[in-house]
Amino acid sequence: MCGIAGIFKNNNSQPDPILLNKMIHSIRHRGPDESGLYIDDRVGLAHARLSIIDLSEGIQPIHNEDKSLWIIFNGEVFNYPELREELIKLGHKFYTKTDTEVILHLFEEDGVDCLQKLNGQFAFAIWDVKKQTLFLARDRAGILTLFYSISNGSLIFASEIKALFADQSLSRNINYKALDQIFTFWTTLNDHTFFNGVFELPPAHFMIVTPENHKIVKYWNLEFPIEGDYSALNKKDLTEKIEQTLLDAVKIRLRSDVPVGSYLSGGLDSSGITSIIKNNFNNKLNSFGIRFEDEDFDEGSFQQEMVKFLKIDQSELYIKNEDVGNSLESVLWHTEKPILRTSPAPLFLLSSLVHNSGYKVVLTGEGADEIFGGYNIFKETKIRNFWSRYPESKMRPLLLCKLYPYIFKDKRLGNTLIEFFKSGIDDPGNPLFSHLVRWNNTSRIKNFFSENVKSTLQGYNAYSDLLNLLPQDFRKWDYFAKAQYLEIIIFMSNYLLSSQGDRMAMANSVEIRLPFLDHRLIELMSRVNPEYKLNGLNEKFILKEVLKSRLPASIISRPKNPYRAPIKRGLINADSELVERYLSESELKKTGLFDTKKVKLFLKKMLKFEKISEIDGMALIGLLSTQIIYDKFINNFNNDLNDLRQFDLIFDYRSNKTF
Amino acid sequence: MNESIVKEIDMEISEKIKEFIIDNFLFGESNHFDENTNFFEKGILDSTGIIELVSFIEQTYNISVDDEELVTENFSNLNRITNYIHSKVHSKVT
Repeated sequence: MCGIAGIFKNNNSQPDPILLNKMIHSIRHRGPDESGLYIDDRVGLAHARLSIIDLSEGIQPIHNEDKSLWIIFNGEVFNYPELREELIKLGHKFYTKTDTEVILHLFEEDGVDCLQKLNGQFAFAIWDVKKQTLFLARDRAGILTLFYSISNGSLIFASEIKALFADQSLSRNINYKALDQIFTFWTTLNDHTFFNGVFELPPAHFMIVTPENHKIVKYWNLEFPIEGDYSALNKKDLTEKIEQTLLDAVKIRLRSDVPVGSYLSGGLDSSGITSIIKNNFNNKLNSFGIRFEDEDFDEGSFQQEMVKFLKIDQSELYIKNEDVGNSLESVLWHTEKPILRTSPAPLFLLSSLVHNSGYKVVLTGEGADEIFGGYNIFKETKIRNFWSRYPESKMRPLLLCKLYPYIFKDKRLGNTLIEFFKSGIDDPGNPLFSHLVRWNNTSRIKNFFSENVKSTLQGYNAYSDLLNLLPQDFRKWDYFAKAQYLEIIIFMSNYLLSSQGDRMAMANSVEIRLPFLDHRLIELMSRVNPEYKLNGLNEKFILKEVLKSRLPASIISRPKNPYRAPIKRGLINADSELVERYLSESELKKTGLFDTKKVKLFLKKMLKFEKISEIDGMALIGLLSTQIIYDKFINNFNNDLNDLRQFDLIFDYRSNKTF
Repeated sequence: MNESIVKEIDMEISEKIKEFIIDNFLFGESNHFDENTNFFEKGILDSTGIIELVSFIEQTYNISVDDEELVTENFSNLNRITNYIHSKVHSKVT
């Protein structure tokens, strides 16, 4: 993957090459190998390259035969060899062996419909000199990001927000609605970012920018069938079809001119991917895994079992509690938004290990829980749906004990947890039924908002914004599809793939590739009966069928263990001064976002209790990360631009050339 | 026991519980909160919160809350909690 940045000017001034250099320099971690620039009187395109395919010739921007089309590209198109062959037959001439050049010629051939043929993870910009039109696009699942801002008709865009802020004329202030969304859903909705005036091109969308206007279009839909109208594939045929598609998804994701590793957590998904690579494609595989000092989070025994079973080399990163706090500021520089979990931190540290081990690319198991139905929230929804048909039943809610046996061992917690899940079961027709109980719970941390934030947000309802994003047929889908859709468009795209995905990997110049999010698999699985996903209360049922001959029985049968990292012990310890530094009365007054008295009482409580509740954990990291983001991006923004490097390649077509 | 003394004791219980809830779950915010506010419906207490509250009650009043008694009927609002504590302390005395 790489970093891209660009400017489209719609007034008499030219794009500023110094600004483009600053923009791309601020995201050089995404592409430390080479950099390039295209600039004319209207448009500037800058690129920072992480060389993975065609190491010697792949420097960007890349142009077509007559130099009327120019592209900067971040990501990978995995089916590029097949597409290239077709394009050569149609008479296209290539001067590199890259996937980037393939997209450009495909665009020449098919226009915006080229997106339908791409299998990959990407964000790119194509500048059509003849038509004076800029085309920006982002992959279907939203694995890669693309941010933009528009002022006075001019557009500025980049892979990361910090590159936009290299433009000092852009004001930097917090989008309170986004803060409200994060403190409800864990992340922002749709095109919102944490900053006013900065937007994200949503997954599966493209944008066309002309001197007259700009328009944003959705080119692919995540769709589910109307309840009952499922694919006719039987279990055997479905299993075969998934296996065939998954093997191909892995195979094409191993296309690279540099070695490819894998992440191995010891769970079903990463074990499955690692096993497929090792047994079908690469016998000398190196995998990478996280170990935790804190036993509550450690999955070491399962990792060891897989390493022994597959006979692979595994590099382990041992995370001490204090590592979480010590890396938090760097982590937030890359998430560019507050977080309600500390889970990104170990992944940030893991990508550093990968980088230092000489690897640039790893395959991961992300996405399987969303596509194949692995999360507890799907089970909760099934049980609560069943319970809602007879709300007075004492027996039906007891099924919840199967989900959280460790909690229900404590009878006290069990009784009250049932009350918690009962909330909303009188309204199973609510489109947000699956998630509302959790979101309402998370929303309690909005109690810390200052009076100013509360009054600014008066009348704002994040749920209404979300309801407006739901497709027309949503109400006709089954309960499982509804829950899956919400999980995918909110949590997966905007949190998992970003704050725990691309952003943590690229912080250390590492590209992640995600076979489970191959769009062929997403489309196949969206059409099947939910019983193939959650069979009874057996999660990822059909995926287990596919993988059972490849993995030890203990990995297949182990209950889903959500990946998490310590919050309180990670942030409040002898090693960390984060709380004192960022949650002091003076710092809180500086941002004006939170009620200082409440935070003071909250911190007092944090010190009083050894174990804290889920909600208090979310409040702690939520408050702290928001304060840190404010400090890094608003109060003391410094993207280290003192030592600008020259571009390695420049195409300068300006009528008046000055640097 | 004299009725006015009972009333006074109940008031004291109620105030103490209220203070604990305001300090630990509302972090100082006492608006819109009276004897009949439902803690669960208003999202003031969750499953872990009720356990924290029960531990506080057990320690403060030297009583033991049975698992079977740990139901929302006893803990959903300030009045119910006060009545519950009252009955437990009273049964201990008698």
